[in-house]
Amino acid sequence: MAEKIIDIKHLQKHFGDLQVLNDVDFNVDKGEVVTIIGSSGSGKSTLLRCVNLLEIPDGGEIVFEGQNIRSLGSKVSKYRAKVSMVFQSFNLFNNMNVLDNCTVGQIKVLGRDKKTAQEKAMKHLKQVGMAEFANADSTRLSGGQKQRVAIARALCMDPEVLLFDEPTSALDPEMVGDVLDVMKDLASQGLTMVIVTHEMQFAREVSDRVIFMDKGVIAEQGTPEEIFGNPRQERTKQFLSRYSNR
Amino acid sequence: MSLDFSYAWKTLTDSWPMYWYGIKITVLLAIVGTVFGLLIGLVVGAIRGIPEDPLDTPFKRGLKKAGQAVSWFYIWIFRGTPMMVQAVFFYYLLRSVLHWTPLTAGMIIISVNTGAYMSEIIRSGIQSVDRGQIEAAKSIGMTNFQTMIHVIFPQALKNTLPSIGNQLIVNIKDSCMLNAIGVTELYFQATSIAGSTMRYIEVYFVTALIYLTLTTLATLLLDWIEKRFSGVKSYKEFA
Repeated sequence: MAEKIIDIKHLQKHFGDLQVLNDVDFNVDKGEVVTIIGSSGSGKSTLLRCVNLLEIPDGGEIVFEGQNIRSLGSKVSKYRAKVSMVFQSFNLFNNMNVLDNCTVGQIKVLGRDKKTAQEKAMKHLKQVGMAEFANADSTRLSGGQKQRVAIARALCMDPEVLLFDEPTSALDPEMVGDVLDVMKDLASQGLTMVIVTHEMQFAREVSDRVIFMDKGVIAEQGTPEEIFGNPRQERTKQFLSRYSNR
Repeated sequence: MSLDFSYAWKTLTDSWPMYWYGIKITVLLAIVGTVFGLLIGLVVGAIRGIPEDPLDTPFKRGLKKAGQAVSWFYIWIFRGTPMMVQAVFFYYLLRSVLHWTPLTAGMIIISVNTGAYMSEIIRSGIQSVDRGQIEAAKSIGMTNFQTMIHVIFPQALKNTLPSIGNQLIVNIKDSCMLNAIGVTELYFQATSIAGSTMRYIEVYFVTALIYLTLTTLATLLLDWIEKRFSGVKSYKEFA
């Protein structure tokens, strides 16, 4: 039995009258790669954002490595550093170059010295194929380059879990492959990852488990073979049929 | 009566020591007012512009609300009344307590007045920073304060640099209102020279030219600073 790293129970979230998450139970094992699929508005991004408290749930509990994070209070920022997030719109710090984007968190949050932080940053920039851009202005990169830097920035924090919120949705089609290749590489290294994505082929290749969300609940989950090969629920079939015709 | 250019040159050279003294005080007021006004603006603008964090304790939230109320009141008063009226009122109100000179009073009043405008400039700068920047900072574990210092302020300042610089130009000119409490800045000196020579047209023509020279120099300086800050960094390859 693998060790649970994230264990979420009875998660509730409303935006006004709209119920976005309705009693969601969700857990992730150490080293597991979980992808969350579903149509827009199904609550998958909100679920991911609740995991690192960018959205504050209205109810339920989130347990991370045995600790209930909703009772952390001001220590929540220390927790967030352990579950780094990669965003759809990259969100590189516009006032910093590529290298500084990767070192600022290490220096200010983890207290590493500048030299250690830079070496670590270069290692991960190399890993995502962006080492030669270390001194480049982060606003001048292409989308795919920005996203690879964002992944390196997240890796520099030595996170226990990496969250990806539709990391390729804002990219030009020819850039998608570069980013997905980096993510496949990370998955093969045993990093714990939770990925919200519309890339079904990628989800099928890389996931240990696939979760299908619909109308604020987890409608079905299982191995990629089960979900893509033999979905049990009618709404899962309907959702996937829209992708198979492409 | 018409403008006599040769007399204008004569008053400039004859009374240069008086003009020069006024120029120095005007420049001092403009720089002090802009620098301290900016410092006030950074604090007050931050209080007004900080996005609410749903994780704040009720105490912290109450503190932010109180700070916002005080900031609002400050801006309401100092942006809503003329600086000349503020100067006269506060100078006489506090003179018996603080025993301040007109120059000290003038420097404080121009700073507090500029601070009200700067606060609004900084607030709009903070609000112009993309929310995604804040989320990214949080997601790598930065506290609200660290996010403010390392991510939001540098971008907000860069976005508002033209408006901040504009306040320097405004202060070079508006410091003349402090003549009302007897600060010996350029306009005060001009009035003295005009009064003793009775050549109003030439003296104020020269005075206008001096102001124009000062604002032109300030504009050139600001252009230079702006170019440096927006720094189109060269695309260096990493060896």
